[in-house]
Formats: sequence, structure tokens, C-alpha cells
Amino acid sequence: MVKLKEIIERRGRASENLIHILLDYQKSKDTNYISEDEVKFVANELNIKESRVYSIITFYSLFSTKPRGKFIIQVCGDVPCYVNGSLNVVKELENILRIKMGETTPDGVFTLEHTSCLGCCDISPAIRIGEELYGNLTPGKIAGIISSYRRKYNENKE
Amino acid sequence: MKTRNEICGYPVITARCGKIDPDSIEDYIAAGGYKALEKALNMTSQEVVDEVKASNLRGRGGAGFPTGVKMETILKTDVFPKYLVCNADEGEPGNFKDKYLMENDPHQLIEGMIITAYSMGIEKGYIYIRGEYNKPIIIMSRAIEAAREKGFLGKRILGSDFSFDIEIRSGAGAYICGEEFALIESIEGKAGRPRSKPPYPTVSGIYNKPTLINNVETFSNLPFIIQEGAEKFISIGTPSSSGTKLVSLSGNVNNRGVYEIPFGVTIRDIIYKLGGGIPENRKIRMVQLGGASGPCIPEEMLDIKLDYKEMENKGLTMGAGAVIVIDERYNVLEIVRLIMRFFRHESCGKCTPCREGNRQILRILYRFVSGNASNNDLALLESICNVMCQTSFCGLGQTAPTAVLTTMKYFRDDYLSGMRNLSTNSNIV
Repeated sequence: MVKLKEIIERRGRASENLIHILLDYQKSKDTNYISEDEVKFVANELNIKESRVYSIITFYSLFSTKPRGKFIIQVCGDVPCYVNGSLNVVKELENILRIKMGETTPDGVFTLEHTSCLGCCDISPAIRIGEELYGNLTPGKIAGIISSYRRKYNENKE
Repeated sequence: MKTRNEICGYPVITARCGKIDPDSIEDYIAAGGYKALEKALNMTSQEVVDEVKASNLRGRGGAGFPTGVKMETILKTDVFPKYLVCNADEGEPGNFKDKYLMENDPHQLIEGMIITAYSMGIEKGYIYIRGEYNKPIIIMSRAIEAAREKGFLGKRILGSDFSFDIEIRSGAGAYICGEEFALIESIEGKAGRPRSKPPYPTVSGIYNKPTLINNVETFSNLPFIIQEGAEKFISIGTPSSSGTKLVSLSGNVNNRGVYEIPFGVTIRDIIYKLGGGIPENRKIRMVQLGGASGPCIPEEMLDIKLDYKEMENKGLTMGAGAVIVIDERYNVLEIVRLIMRFFRHESCGKCTPCREGNRQILRILYRFVSGNASNNDLALLESICNVMCQTSFCGLGQTAPTAVLTTMKYFRDDYLSGMRNLSTNSNIV
């Protein structure tokens, strides 16, 4: 909770900062989610009810109340991406990661999610991993992208 | 048919895009930046508002409300503090022009906001950027910092009595936050659910104070209007729609991207002249205008001009300016189902017509896609859509069925074939 307290100090205790506090903190965690204890802590620090914190993390799609992978792979499936072959990208991702949409790999490295339009329809089909965008995808490009993140993860572990 | 150069003509808000380093305020100043602000500071508030009113600038976020009229409402209000908000929550599938503006010319947006704030006597502004837009958030933050260092933001701007500062607020993944009141709720740190209108934000917005909300593209037009004058702005475009419009062109088209075009260009020219046509010369199945909440039109309607009045006369809208091309390989109902899945997911749940309507529409569409629709389903679908349009609490629910209604009108045979057991092969799970 030290990190969470730091973020609250930096952002300020006004309840208008709640979304930013939660976003910053969730980004700083390998598990990419907000736990029950953390909700209690934030509510206590900002002097608001826990339900108020839950109203945020259950409303906005970037938050999760369940642990997710270190790298969240968000796949856009809206029309501009769909008509440029996003379904094949999804199939290939599910193949390589051996998980279905919405699941996390057993080693906790990747979570596969659908996302609404990422605003990069000019390079569709597109995905977002963490804060990086990848566009003009074909099934052939997926393996390389995934293994580069695996390498990154293993290097950090060492 | 016009040539590409004839179409693009004279860039108003993309003139610097790609030519300057977005991280360099010096580049922006060298290219004539912040000159309009200096000019505005020597004008009265009323003069600035009158110039905008004379320019006929209309909101570029989709609603098309006259910007000058909105400014005048705020100007005449004696309630303080007043707030300024830039709506950069570009979540409508098919739109990416605000992102393009923020990533390529962030200071133009900031300058537009400062000019607006000066004319309204506003001291605090927000840019609300959707949470998924990491790069624009970073670029805008740096640009705001640079503008502060140069004295364009902060206390006593350029030695005048006027003080103004901008704060960036990020969304966290909710399409509804593009709706003005949902956005205000989100800025206040709450879940983004709309409030009842009236009163409109110009009367009671952030913390119930007068709030002016404009889209990124709308603000970006302000420096040109002040610097070059309303008359020059009106000389571009058509009598009912002055200036230029950014178009986000995507889908099955060779040259996808953002194009700035004067109003009055046809959708066909946008697709074939700027977009270079359809890959492998395939035929167009349909084109969706404006984004997910916009109308779907068949190929034979592509000669319609991008113009507020002409589109209104045909019962169409241009929304934020997306043009999504879908080629003949795709089935109309499949695409409509995908669009409605988006709305089912993004409905905030506050009002029944939208929360339940989107779910029911999707269920009925599935019956059509699988060839199991009954004779009543067509009437039922139309009825639910109309109820949503007329009774939903906010613009999301009111416009969500647009794709269904327009495809029922222009692609009726596709619906009828879903009733005659000619099932289609849907890949959507």
C-alpha cells in the first residue's frame, strides 16, 4: 500500500482525483487489478464510501477487480478492424497463447481482452499491448510480437 | 470527378500537421502559432464571439451546434467560476481525427482553448482525453507544460489581466463519456452517467457552474478564424457549412487516414479520389457515415455531398466525420450485429430504453442472421428502435439504432432473406 499512498499524496485527496489515482495504481501493478483491501484503503484515505470506489472500477472498462496478466492484449473488434480481418488476429492470438478471449495465461504474463475502438482504424486490424499499439496486423505477425513480450518478461524476472 | 488537389484545396487546421515537431513550441510559433492569441487579447470579448458567430462555425464533434451561439450564452452568464472543457473522448468506432490533431498539432488546440477562455472570462480548462489514448495524453501534457513556460498559460497571460490554465483529465474506458454530461460526471471523479437536460452544461455543468464544452476539431478552428477572419473562413466550404471538415476514412479502402476537405465534397470522391478506391476493385456493400451511431448507406447514395443542410434534407448525419467502407465480402446484418454489440456493451444502464433496447435488438438480429426470424420480428425491431430514438435519456440511446433503421430502409432484402430461412454464415460469436 506504500505505492498507493504515494500516488494519493501526489494526486491529492479530493474525490475528483479518484479515477486518476486508481488508474495510476493499477498500471503500477503486475497483476493489473484493484483488490478489495486496496478499495478499502483508498476509500479510507479519501474519506469516501467503498461503494463509491466500486462504482468507478465496475463502470470503466480499463479497471478490473480480478487479477490479470502483466501484459494485457486488447483486441479491437469494431467494424473498421473487423472488415480488415480482426477475427483472424483473434484466432491466432488464442492459438499461440492457448487461452480464450477474456482469459489469462496460467503463468500470469498475458491477458486477452476485447476492447472498443482504439482510434487507429487507419492501421486496422489493431491491438494494444499495455500502452503500445500494433497495427496492420496479419496472423503471421502475431508470434513475433508475443515472443518479444515474453523475452521482455523473462529479462525483467532475471 | 475532381482531382485530389482540387478536393483538398486549402488546409485550415492540418496545415502544420506533419510539417512541425509536435513537441516543439518553437516550431509552432515559427509557423505562425500564438499570433491569433495575441490578436485576440487586443479584441474585446464580444468582438471575439462576434467573429466566431460570423464564421458560422458549427460543433465538429457530431451535434453540429453553432459554436458562436454557445459562446454567447456563456459570455452573458454572470455566474462564476465558469469552466472550459475540450472533449477529446473520441470513442466512436471509425473516428480518429482528434487523435491526429492532438498528436500532430497540440498547440493549435491549446491556442484555440486560450482564445475561447479569454473571450468568456474563464480561468480553468480541462482536456478530457480517453484513457486508451496514451500518446495524445503524453503529447498534450508536454505541450501544456511548454505553453506555461512561454507564458501562454498561467497567470497574466502575455502581460494581460487574463489568467487561464489547463488540466488534463483522462477517461478510463467508457464510450458514454463523450456525452457532455457523462464527461462532466467523469471529470468530477464519478461514473460517467448522463444528467437530465435542460439545464444544459452552458448553464449548469462542472460543479453546477456554467461550462463550455467543445470538440478538439472545433477548438482547433479558432486560431484560423481569429487570425484570418470570419470572411475567409466562410469562403471555404458551402453556404450552409463553412470551413473544412476532417474525415476519418477507414474500412475496405486503399488509403485509410485522416483527410481535411472543404464541405461540399461528395462521399464518392472521398472514397475513390482520396481513398484510392476499394482493394482488388471489389464492389461496395455499404458505407457507414459518422461512426457506429451513424447511418449506413448503399453505393448508389454515395454522390451525396458532405454538407449539413444537404445531409439533413436526406435524413442523414455526418457525425464526427467518419466514413467506414464495407465491401461486398461482408453481409449487412453481420455488420449491423457487430455495431449493436458495441452499443450493448457501452450503454451506461441508466435508462431502460437503451439498456434493454440494445439487448433486445441484438437478440432479434441474431434471429435474422440465423434465418429464424418470424414475420413479427421486422415490426418488433422497428418498434424497439423507434422507442429508443424517442425515449432514451441521452444521445447514445437515441442514436444507437441508426444503423438498424437505415439498413432496414436501404437493405430491406437482407432482412427479408433472414425470414425466409436463407441463413447467412455469420462468423460472429
